[in-house]
Amino acid sequence: MSAGSAAAVRRDRALGEALFRYVLRLADTSLVLGQRLGEWVGHAPVLEEDLGLANLALDLIGQARLLLTYAGEIEGKGRDEDALAYLRDAPEFLNLTLAEQPNGDFAHTIVRQWLIDAWQLEIYSDLAGSSDERLAAIAAKALKETRYHHRFSSGWLARLGDGTAESRGRTQAALDSLWRFTAELFAADEVDERMAAAGIAAPLVPAAERWSARVAADLGAATLALPAPQAHPWYGKRGVHTEHLGHLLGEMQHLQRTYPGVRW
Amino acid sequence: MSDPTTGAPAADWPLYEVFIRSRSGLEHKHVGSLHAADARMAVEHARDVYTRRQEGVSIWVVRSADIVASDPAEADALFEPARDKVYRHPTFYAIPDEVKNL
Repeated sequence: MSAGSAAAVRRDRALGEALFRYVLRLADTSLVLGQRLGEWVGHAPVLEEDLGLANLALDLIGQARLLLTYAGEIEGKGRDEDALAYLRDAPEFLNLTLAEQPNGDFAHTIVRQWLIDAWQLEIYSDLAGSSDERLAAIAAKALKETRYHHRFSSGWLARLGDGTAESRGRTQAALDSLWRFTAELFAADEVDERMAAAGIAAPLVPAAERWSARVAADLGAATLALPAPQAHPWYGKRGVHTEHLGHLLGEMQHLQRTYPGVRW
Repeated sequence: MSDPTTGAPAADWPLYEVFIRSRSGLEHKHVGSLHAADARMAVEHARDVYTRRQEGVSIWVVRSADIVASDPAEADALFEPARDKVYRHPTFYAIPDEVKNL
């Protein structure tokens, strides 16, 4: 954090609370998506994809570690990355609802990944210029990883969408089923507005426009149809989740919950 | 995508040979091969399989089928004749004292 924004956060408790929640949203989205990708290890279609998906997962979990550590420092209650990852319950997780959706078939995994990759590209690009130096540094590192993730996922999107009748059908079905979670990506609430006002995050409207343009271009290359806009009753980033997150956390947190403080 | 009986990639995923340049200035070296549906995927697979421990700064992939190889049955004709021509090694040339930095 820059000296300026650190001082501002100390002066303004509400700003500190909003920054904590904002950083948790980024962290939890990466953590939950990384955990989902980890479920593919040992089950991917071919060995090379097994390694590829695991590499994406490790990048995302690495982002989550940096962000959770920072969130713990902002909160100032002594919670480290492990405490935040393993000892919070589902309502305290603030990830995007899209990130927690099950892997489904390979097409579902790729469409989910691609939609979030495109989102992270815009969010991290903006954050790399944040007035909060700590967030700017994390975003600059994550942006390099995300550029590769998008290359990977958009490549698969085109391959599947413009592939066989079956791969095309499955990919369009995945897109149609996951699209309802995308309205949340750029729906600004009071946390986002406070971050924009403080110069920590950029306003979401221009990012949403860039995201839509990229998504339309990628869908064009994949010869897939853009689904119609849908209202969103999803509020993962406010802690209201689909039933899938609890099951994911049950597996992810099992060891620490069963043997508190265990190390290996 | 994969053959359910053998687990191997389907026959329509061609084999690619992978070459990695370990750092700028050095040549690309053959490191192995992998299956991929297309060239772009082959580069991504090569990145994930062969450069995850910072082994390289550049990747080449070549369809194995596009490589023209010498026939092992012709090895005698191709390589044996060089055997008795050791004078082709530069060690047979005397270097004048005036020549530096060689």
